[in-house]
Amino acid sequence: MSILVLAEHHDGQLSPATAHVVAAAQQIGGDIDVLVAGENVAAVAEAATKLDGITRVRVADNAVYAHQLAEPLGALLAALADDYSHVLAPASTTGKNVLPRLAALKGVSQLSDVIGVESVDTFRRPIYAGNAIATVQSADPLKVITVRTSAFEAVAEGNSAPIEAVDTVVDNALSAFVGEELAQSERPELGAARVVISGGRGMGSGENFQLLEGIADKLGAAIGASRAAVDAGFVPNDMQVGQTGKIVAPELYIAVGISGAIQHLAGMKDSKVIVAINKDEEAPIFQVADYGLVADLFEALPELEQKL
Amino acid sequence: MKVLVAVKRVIDYNVKIRVKPDNSDVDLTNVKMAMNPFCEIAVEEAVRLKERGVASEVVAVTVGPKAAQEQLRTALALGADRAIHVETDEKVESLAVAKLLQKVVDEEQPQLVILGKQAIDTDNNQTGQMLAALTGLPQGTFASEVKVEGDKLRVTREIDGGLQTVELSLPAIVTTDLRLNEPRYAKLPDIMKAKKKPLATKTPAELGVEVASKVTLLKVEPPAERQGGIKVGSVDELVDKLKNEAKVIS
Repeated sequence: MSILVLAEHHDGQLSPATAHVVAAAQQIGGDIDVLVAGENVAAVAEAATKLDGITRVRVADNAVYAHQLAEPLGALLAALADDYSHVLAPASTTGKNVLPRLAALKGVSQLSDVIGVESVDTFRRPIYAGNAIATVQSADPLKVITVRTSAFEAVAEGNSAPIEAVDTVVDNALSAFVGEELAQSERPELGAARVVISGGRGMGSGENFQLLEGIADKLGAAIGASRAAVDAGFVPNDMQVGQTGKIVAPELYIAVGISGAIQHLAGMKDSKVIVAINKDEEAPIFQVADYGLVADLFEALPELEQKL
Repeated sequence: MKVLVAVKRVIDYNVKIRVKPDNSDVDLTNVKMAMNPFCEIAVEEAVRLKERGVASEVVAVTVGPKAAQEQLRTALALGADRAIHVETDEKVESLAVAKLLQKVVDEEQPQLVILGKQAIDTDNNQTGQMLAALTGLPQGTFASEVKVEGDKLRVTREIDGGLQTVELSLPAIVTTDLRLNEPRYAKLPDIMKAKKKPLATKTPAELGVEVASKVTLLKVEPPAERQGGIKVGSVDELVDKLKNEAKVIS
């Protein structure tokens, strides 16, 4: 077995997601290479060498891989994939964008959002918004897999794997990067936070999300939102937790003014402890909450902030 | 330009699914089926491009059993001009769907193909990307805005952390995110008119595509049930429980 893990990185920093994917790769077993593809990624590659359990870091540093556009990155992975039995990436927007492209170029299926490794060819993954867990076996010669990072503990950092340059350069006349607008936040990243506090339609307005900020600051929490809150324009969509947003599994998830629709539960029901604050006693969120408080959030939130 | 839209028949998103007692799959007998929500958004976007004079023809396509023609009729009622049904009773994986769509793209030569970003049953999020790879076309996935500018396509994509804008050469493949648009409802006269719109049927064999997959579904299980929790009476009690019982805050 020989496994290639596609490193996730942004702004010259290795994303914590990569360490979770390496953990999944370790459960498959075999040599694990990490591929860092991008432009000016020396620092990312250096950070990747520390990940425990990996054999080497391969670095494709070229302007064509800047912003990790799917067309060149898919072609690069396809050129490298013949040396591997498995190619893994986090089920992030980058991994989801690129890996199916690689799979089709190699004529194999892809297994999305894997949450469990049973053996080298058998994996578990959620279907129907997490309401069923499928166990699937792949007989493809190359297994192309995206990994749900919240389902695997990150590997530690104590390694010093060698770095090896990849000279493969592909052409890309198909797509070009124009720009990006990233939400600025001092808070921990939603996918990696130990505590997440989320607001729903019950928050009433975008301004009221400030009620969550003081609590988030005290708990070192990331702030999330339900689709209803995003669609109502209260907060930007990259804060959305759910089937179509981010999947989180923090130690503590606090749902405020969220009814608990199937699509939202799909994104957070693997949290260790769930707290629901809602004035509707019948809200479905109380069926999954470990601690439920039936109260008006506009009274409960300031009180909670004060008592933390 | 011609726009091709791929739609999928799936379980209605409000239905609480049941796993079959023998754990072979999810039980779909007698449950309400509908067009996949992301596909509705794809149809809406194509129809809007036509209304703006950008698209000249909108062709809806689906891969699935006979009953999937209902979803094609829905697409026609929403404004698609004609439909193509690739009929198969087999369970078709993303790669096979992408291969079938590739053949339809070869025949129809659309300038733009719009798909949903994922189907809410398999949750794969693969088909559009695979179709792009097989046709050798660029992809604009998770689109929240699509603009045709001459022979280029400008797509704003929802990425972790915000939005990214890319420029693609046409023809191109786009997959829709939820915020691309708000789909309209089909009106009764349009539903009546849709019954008369052309619907062509093909089979995977006619298209020369083998739909068999190398992935085997071994079993399907319900997820682990969460233990029912308790209701606390006050904020004080909540903080106390979190500190001393759950020990998740200090």
